[in-house]
Formats: sequence, C-alpha cells, structure tokens
Amino acid sequence: MANTKEVRKQIASIKSTQKITSAMEMVAASKMKKTQDSMLEGRPYSLKIKDVISHIALANSEYRHPFYEERTPKKACFIVVSSDKGLCGGLNINLFKHVIAKSAELNEQNISSCFALIGTKASGFFKSVGGEVVAVAEKLGDKPNPDDLIGLTKVVLDMHKISEIDQAYLCSNTFVNTMTQQPNVEQLIPLKPEEQDESSSLQWDYIYEPEAKELLDGLLTRYIESLVYQAVVENNACEQAAKMIAMKNATDNAGDLIKELELLYNNVRQAAITQELSEIVGGAAAV
Amino acid sequence: MSTIKINIVSSSEEIYSGEATMIFATGTLGELGIAPGHTPLLTGLAPGPVRVQNGSDEEAFFCSGGFLEVQPDLVTVLSDTAERADSLDESEAIKAKEIAEQELANKDATLDYAKASAQLAEAVARLKTIQKLRKKQ
Repeated sequence: MANTKEVRKQIASIKSTQKITSAMEMVAASKMKKTQDSMLEGRPYSLKIKDVISHIALANSEYRHPFYEERTPKKACFIVVSSDKGLCGGLNINLFKHVIAKSAELNEQNISSCFALIGTKASGFFKSVGGEVVAVAEKLGDKPNPDDLIGLTKVVLDMHKISEIDQAYLCSNTFVNTMTQQPNVEQLIPLKPEEQDESSSLQWDYIYEPEAKELLDGLLTRYIESLVYQAVVENNACEQAAKMIAMKNATDNAGDLIKELELLYNNVRQAAITQELSEIVGGAAAV
Repeated sequence: MSTIKINIVSSSEEIYSGEATMIFATGTLGELGIAPGHTPLLTGLAPGPVRVQNGSDEEAFFCSGGFLEVQPDLVTVLSDTAERADSLDESEAIKAKEIAEQELANKDATLDYAKASAQLAEAVARLKTIQKLRKKQ
C-alpha cells in the first residue's frame, strides 16, 4: 500500500495545478468580456459596408466585378482562422475537421485546395497534415489590428485575380454563446449577390468618382477584409470562452482528484494506526 | 431645415452616427459638400477631415482614407484605420507569404513543438520504468 508521504506529495502537486487552472479560468473570463466588446465594436462597419454593397448590387452598374463571377472551379482557397494559444478544448481541432471535410468534398469534384492561415495553431496543424499554404498571419494578440490581415487577404484576392483560385472560403468559429461555439465554413468568393428587392427596381446608378471599376475594386476588397477581420475577432471571443470552460473543467477535475486522494490518504493513515495498535497489543500480550 | 443621416464607421469602431444639414469631405477627386437630397454618389476618400454640420453645430473627424457613399437620405463614410497605398499592401502581402514559406522551411530544420513534447514525455516515461525496475532488483 502507498505510504502517506507519497499521497500527501501527490495531493500538494494537484493542488498547485488546480491553482494554476483556476487562475487561467479567471483570466479567460475577464479577457472574454474584452474580446466580446471588440467583436461588437467591429460590427457597425461590417453592417454598413454590407448595406453599401447591397445598394451597389441594386444600382444598374455597367461594370460587374470579378468577385461575383461564377467560374468553373478548379482550385479553392481556405482562409482558416484559429487561435494562437492552446488550452481551449476542442475549439481549433473541431474547426480543422470541418475544413478537412470540406476540402475532401471539393477534392471529389476535382477541385484542389490551398490554405491561408491565421493563428499559430492553424499553421502548426497544416504543417503536420500537409497541404499547400499560401499565406500565414500569426500572433495577432487579443486585440487584433485590421491592418495585420491586409497582407493575407491580398494574397488570396490576388490569386483570384490571376485565376489561380476560383473560390475562397472563410473558416472560423462563430460565437453562439459562452457554452457553444460553432465551426463554420462560409463561401467568400464568388460573392453571393443580395436578394433583389422588387420595390426598388427603379433605374438608377451612382455617380462614380473616379471610376466604377476602381471604386468597386477597393470597396469589395475592404468588404472581404472586414469579413475576415470580423471572423478573427469573433474567433478570439470563442477562444476565450472555450478556454474558460476548459479551465473550469480542469479545476473541477482536480477537485475530484484531490477528494479521492484525501480519502486514500485517510485510509492509509488509519491502516497504519490500526497496524501499530495491533502490534502494541500483540507485544503486550506476549509479555 | 431638412437633414440627412450620416454614419461614420471604421473597421474597429463606430465613430459617429447622427443627423446633419451639411457634410464636407475630401474626396479623391476634390472637396465635396453634401446637402440633403444629394444624388447617389460613390467616391473614394483622401486622408483629411470630414466635417459634419448640424445647424450651427459643427463636428470634425479625421479620416485616413476610405469610401463615401451617398444616398438621397443617407451618407455612409467607411473609414480606413490606416493609410493605404498599393505599395504598402504589396509589402504586407509579401510578408504574409514569407511567413508561410518560413514555416515550410522550418519543417525539416527544427522539430516542431508538439513532436518535441511528445518525445520528451516518452523519454520521461522510459526513465521512470527504468528506475522502477532498478528499485525492484
């Protein structure tokens, strides 16, 4: 049977682990609030730019942007948004599973895949799994800057421009609530045109300053950038929520373990006392 | 006096939302003055101030470029968070590609972290068994 010293040592080590996990839980909880705020702060821009884009779709512009063009797809690019740090349960790996499934599905239709990765976890995963990686953006921090994503988005859009890829997908976790994060693979390019509203089918068009092509190019690039940024911010909120839950579970499990070990400790101690007593009694009887 | 709705947003926050009687902005092709009922217009913005007048009140916001959309009853300013130029974007894109290439190049040169930690765990387990065996002997 184990001796009391060993059990005590084990209890102490689990207790210190529990302290760490509960501290991490609290850190994640406070960060979650902040990341949720920045998720909400970015929302007006994406809503407004969406409004403008839908207005443009209604306008009778002569110019039709390549992002709306349905080409016969040969190659698709996945923009995968992941976290930089681990210890957040199955958040990242669930998303990667979705991405791999989608990529396999496209592969059956003879569409090959390449990947643009955001976050250390994604780059680590796709490095070990393999796959063509075209761009990486890492270590964006808790408050990502929209400008840090410009490069990665441009790589993808440029590849589309020169017809190297025909489709682009944005893969990230969506924040349902603190308990639930939903992995999501969404089609970015070709853009799905907004539903045409019958009532506003008046013939009108914008005055474009300078030219329609140049403006729409810039605007749609910004639109896609804003979608990617929004996904990153939302994924951050997901990460903190998932981390909080994972750490809470770890703390609870450590508590259970400690309880069991304490029971074992008491057993061992009691056994030792009983043994000693019986030895004393035996010794006394012998005398 | 008739007014026009104006929203100024940047990708990380909402900057201003309200009514205005007159709006002044710096378009890529020159100064713009927008009054309520303006014809639909879409233009790029040059870095510069956007001034919003409501009666005698005036507020000014600095805008480092972006886009301006005008509908007869609504003005939307989509402001960039930083100055953008094709050359800058290009260098950002090159950076993103370089990181991807570095990651690939690292594959053989150094062990990645997950693999290393797995090997470490295995080594520790091996040591433990050896120690246990020694104790028994």
